[in-house]
Amino acid sequence: MSDAPPSPGHTPFPAAGNISDAEREDLRRHGILLTSLEELYGWGRSNSIWPLQFGLACCAIEMIAAATARFDIARFGAEIFRPSPRQADLMIVSGTVTKKMAPQVVRLWNQMPEPKYCIAMGACAISGGPFKQGYNVLKGIDRFIPVDIYIPGCPPRPEALLHGLTQLQEKIRAERVSGPQAARHLQPDAASEFPVPDYGAHDLQPPSNPTLFKPPVNPRSEGLKD
Amino acid sequence: MSDHPHAFLALFLGVALAFPLLMLAVAWLWVRFFQPAKPGPRKNATYECGLESSGDPWIQFKAHYYLYAILFLIFDVEVLFLLPFAVAFTGLPTGAMLTMLVFILLLTEGLVWAWARGHLEWK
Repeated sequence: MSDAPPSPGHTPFPAAGNISDAEREDLRRHGILLTSLEELYGWGRSNSIWPLQFGLACCAIEMIAAATARFDIARFGAEIFRPSPRQADLMIVSGTVTKKMAPQVVRLWNQMPEPKYCIAMGACAISGGPFKQGYNVLKGIDRFIPVDIYIPGCPPRPEALLHGLTQLQEKIRAERVSGPQAARHLQPDAASEFPVPDYGAHDLQPPSNPTLFKPPVNPRSEGLKD
Repeated sequence: MSDHPHAFLALFLGVALAFPLLMLAVAWLWVRFFQPAKPGPRKNATYECGLESSGDPWIQFKAHYYLYAILFLIFDVEVLFLLPFAVAFTGLPTGAMLTMLVFILLLTEGLVWAWARGHLEWK
């Protein structure tokens, strides 16, 4: 195992200065730990994600199961489910978002302080799932809020949620603190608020946030335009 | 270090003050140099479990509840004090006896007042 090159997930950043990742790994084996503020920041944040305590449908039951002793989300530092958005970092949209519920979900998202992340858990939160063709279910929460991790499944098992969480941790660890590649919450001009849709007579008004949601173009209708 | 047996409390106080101040300073510096604050009307809106808050938060409470406070003091709190008073009755010094009598008198005043106003009548 010691001969194997360090996995890319282990050292997400190129080391500062002239030290290569391999040299840094070598130093680490000799008990010298080199790090940067950026890494420290990402490491601390990724291991203390506080999810918002809120569930929408049957996926929430799997989320609750993930928090219990059998699956134990505390192993990943995300066991502190906060009942207030003011104290939460992560919104797990666990289940069917009905059109009546969508304004409340978006409002809660707006009320969370930065940095914040969103996991769309299950088929319903991703796309509307089995209710996609229905009249009363939002066809994916990514129409209104930016989603970081999608977890497929109907419902996904707790292991899938834990996998999604570790994927989110990798994403947080890879975020840059400054420069053009800086994380969204560190950019001064990046949007931090998203419009809350109105629950209209027939549909949500507007039905999606056009700055966030770009529906895929139907290739057949593209062909008709020419 | 001083020889006083409680001198370590001063150290505790110092640490208790320095630790939160350090945390607040680091957070302030982080916001100052890296993370721009982005407040907004939706973000700063009142948290009502995701619902839009409606109505005026400066609601008025019914002042009539003072009656329950007075009667509660008489029939609950006074009994709580009367029991040890009765147990230690024979050994009480004059000062303690006077204090207790004043206490009972004050509450009896409330009882007489409530009785005279007819608040004790079962309707």
